[in-house]
Amino acid sequence: MMDGTDESNILNSPSSTNNGPTLEIASPTSNPLAGPPAATGTATATATNGSGSATSPDSSSSAPVTPAALGENALHVEISDALSEKEKVKFTVHTRTTLPGFAKKDNNVVRQHEEFVWLHDRIEENEDYAGYIIPPCPPRPDFDASREKLQRLGEGEGNMTKEEFKKMKSELEAEYLATFKKTVAMHEVFLRRLASHPVFRVDQHLKVFLEYDQDLCAKPRKKMAIFGGFVKSLGKTTDEILLSATVRDVNDFFENELQFLTEYHGHLREAAIRTEKMTQRHKDVGDAHQKISNALTQLSTTEKGNVETFVAKTAEIFERIKNLETRVASDQDLKLGDTLRYYQRDSDAAKALLIRRLRCLAAYETANRNLEKARSKNKDVHAPLEVQEAETAQAEACEKFESMSACGKEELIGFRNRRVAAIKKSLVELSELEIKHAKTQYEYLRQSLISIKEIA
Amino acid sequence: MEVESPEHNKEFAEVDINNGAESASDDEEEVPAPGSVTLENENDLFVSAMSPSSIGDVHPLQEVLTDDGDFFIKIVVSDPQKIGDGMGSYLAYKVTTKTNIPKFKRTDFSTLRRFSDFLGIHDLLVGKYMRVGRIIPPAPSKNIIGSTKVKISPQQSEPGTPMNQEWVEIRRAALERFVHRTAQHPILRVDLDFMNFLESDQDLPRAVNTSALSGAGVIRLFNKVGETVNKITYKMDENDPWFDDKITEVENLDANLQKLHNAMKSLVTSRRELSALTGLVAKSAAMLSTCEEHTGLSRALSNLADVEEKMELLRSEQANSDFFILAEFIKDYLGLFGAIKCIFHERVKSFQNWQYAQMQLSKRRENRGRFELANRADKLDQAQLEVDEWQGKVQRCQQHFDDISAEIKREMERFELTRVKDFKANIIKYIEDQMAHQQQIVSYWEAFAPFAREIV
Repeated sequence: MMDGTDESNILNSPSSTNNGPTLEIASPTSNPLAGPPAATGTATATATNGSGSATSPDSSSSAPVTPAALGENALHVEISDALSEKEKVKFTVHTRTTLPGFAKKDNNVVRQHEEFVWLHDRIEENEDYAGYIIPPCPPRPDFDASREKLQRLGEGEGNMTKEEFKKMKSELEAEYLATFKKTVAMHEVFLRRLASHPVFRVDQHLKVFLEYDQDLCAKPRKKMAIFGGFVKSLGKTTDEILLSATVRDVNDFFENELQFLTEYHGHLREAAIRTEKMTQRHKDVGDAHQKISNALTQLSTTEKGNVETFVAKTAEIFERIKNLETRVASDQDLKLGDTLRYYQRDSDAAKALLIRRLRCLAAYETANRNLEKARSKNKDVHAPLEVQEAETAQAEACEKFESMSACGKEELIGFRNRRVAAIKKSLVELSELEIKHAKTQYEYLRQSLISIKEIA
Repeated sequence: MEVESPEHNKEFAEVDINNGAESASDDEEEVPAPGSVTLENENDLFVSAMSPSSIGDVHPLQEVLTDDGDFFIKIVVSDPQKIGDGMGSYLAYKVTTKTNIPKFKRTDFSTLRRFSDFLGIHDLLVGKYMRVGRIIPPAPSKNIIGSTKVKISPQQSEPGTPMNQEWVEIRRAALERFVHRTAQHPILRVDLDFMNFLESDQDLPRAVNTSALSGAGVIRLFNKVGETVNKITYKMDENDPWFDDKITEVENLDANLQKLHNAMKSLVTSRRELSALTGLVAKSAAMLSTCEEHTGLSRALSNLADVEEKMELLRSEQANSDFFILAEFIKDYLGLFGAIKCIFHERVKSFQNWQYAQMQLSKRRENRGRFELANRADKLDQAQLEVDEWQGKVQRCQQHFDDISAEIKREMERFELTRVKDFKANIIKYIEDQMAHQQQIVSYWEAFAPFAREIV
């Protein structure tokens, strides 16, 4: 949408879930923002009994959906409210649950983006979760572009007519709201995916995140920390290369998956960037229509009588086309761009799982070697302690690796199903919206043609 | 169409004679030109003003003018072809005319003309008619870079690069609009030179001063600069409020159209870029499709690539509509407003001539008075002659001024009618084009939708 940093409204992604206990995820109750004109989609996703993907029509309003009484072991998370302050966004996370261990059935906490990152990092670093795909962390809210535009608008106030200024302002506000809404939706999607996952939903950190009514002390990362993170990620990449070069995978499935995901991720990233550029330029096309409309309005003041009406009507037509084209652009962004971006991140998370597995495999192999070494060293000793230790370590590593492989396989299949279902949904909706918009524009032009011919 | 009036006969006569007399008018050379009037123009003016008004072929012309509704003339410029090689080569266009105007020998004929011929005929028409207040449609401007590219490019037989083809097409369309517009004018279209341009199989005499780099071209440039300065500096005392109003109106329209043209140019640019970016998205979708392991999704993605490819073409067609129906059309009118400003300026010059002649007349009268007082009978005759001569000149100048004022009013009326008609027609055509495009979009996505739905 704006600058690549603010990303997907994943209306469609995490709705298919693994077979877990009963869980209900309902749409967010209305957040306080009036629906912006373009990004009308609200994150409405319901998944019951792990039955798979659920669809929500694009037009569904953001009216509160009160789910019926919660079933057993239900965990229901939503972001019921969000407040944009100068440097930060405050999300109100509303939890309703019947899970044992939660103090309250119904609870609200206020969280910031950094706390979401904190939660993500805690889950990612948990060894027990090594075999799972960690839901990707929501991108940092970025309203700089919008703010900058608003500021520039303020500076250029003298250069335009009052109507133009008003129009521009309300447009920018709508744009800001759309970005804001997207941000909220992306944070919500992250929580929902956790809440709908059979393992993550009972994670202690998640519980703390949802229940603890104080600040989680997740301070915004300092510059050094960011730099450290960069070094870490650099180390991670070299690690990956090293691992994939040195460790021979015994299992074709995983080797293929890693290869596939690496390639797939690359293509997704490129497709996402290109789609964003395309929708951005499409918005420019819309803006050019607005400029033409403004010029025509001005021209109509120099014309007289019938011609004035004609030109004014033409200006109106161009303005309307502008709205329609902008809508096409933002729907493409929402349906195609956001899906691609989300799966770019999700495939990265899946790749991370495979790398963790490779590392685990490496550890297993080391354990094997150690056992060999211990055995050959203690050939003559009867039941030496060293060998016993090595045997236990080897057995542990083996078990860990096996369970991780089994779990990872399931997760990857889940990822694949989720991906196919979500992209399918996006493509279906995209084509429906494209058809709808083109038909609307055709119909509008047809009627305009009649009325304009009457004037002429 | 305007009603033929006696003035027309006279003007036409003037013109025909004047055409041949352009260089023969050296008898006025002792008259010092007022600062703002070039000598050449002044000579023309006096010669034509003095010329007798009688010519034979007035009547058929009158018929053409008064009975315009039944006559048609349709000119098509087509088949640009490169003739010759290297820097000496040029592009020639086939100019096909269909008409039922009896002055033409045939009703359906064609000839081959090169770009400089178009410029040549334009200059001829300007030379003949601008001075009497006719709006001469401007010819497309010379573009050295573009034409050099065509010259350098290999033989026309093999299609040149798309860039060149685009450039040639833009020029071809511009030339066609220029001849078309000229042919719509009841007098210009039966001008002997114009008819010769359309009808003759012979090569036209090379117009020497059309080359952008020739000495004449440079001189013309200087003249133009000089005239612009005059236009700015000289303000005549306007007696006719109609002109005051018209000039303001033309200035306003011109300024507004300029803005409109800029807005349209940015639409064309954005849309062209959108087309290219859509092409890139198509490529990315194709890459994703080959990489995707899920058969259904892969097929849908490959179809998405097809749709986006079609969209790329469609966007570029839209850009062509934007360009040829809107932007170039407005650009033509900006040129026409330039031509209008020129005839307004001609009127100012005529006024200056008249004032100058009046000044001279009073000077001669003073002279005569002095001689009378001094009783110099020998000089008196000469003085009387001069007074008579200047009296005649004053009369003719006044006549010319009145004529040009009346002609401009008629021309403006005609121009306004065509302008409004043209504008409406183009907007309607544009809307129809856009409707067709939207219909295509609908059909593309409708063909795609099943593939998205079929994903299992």
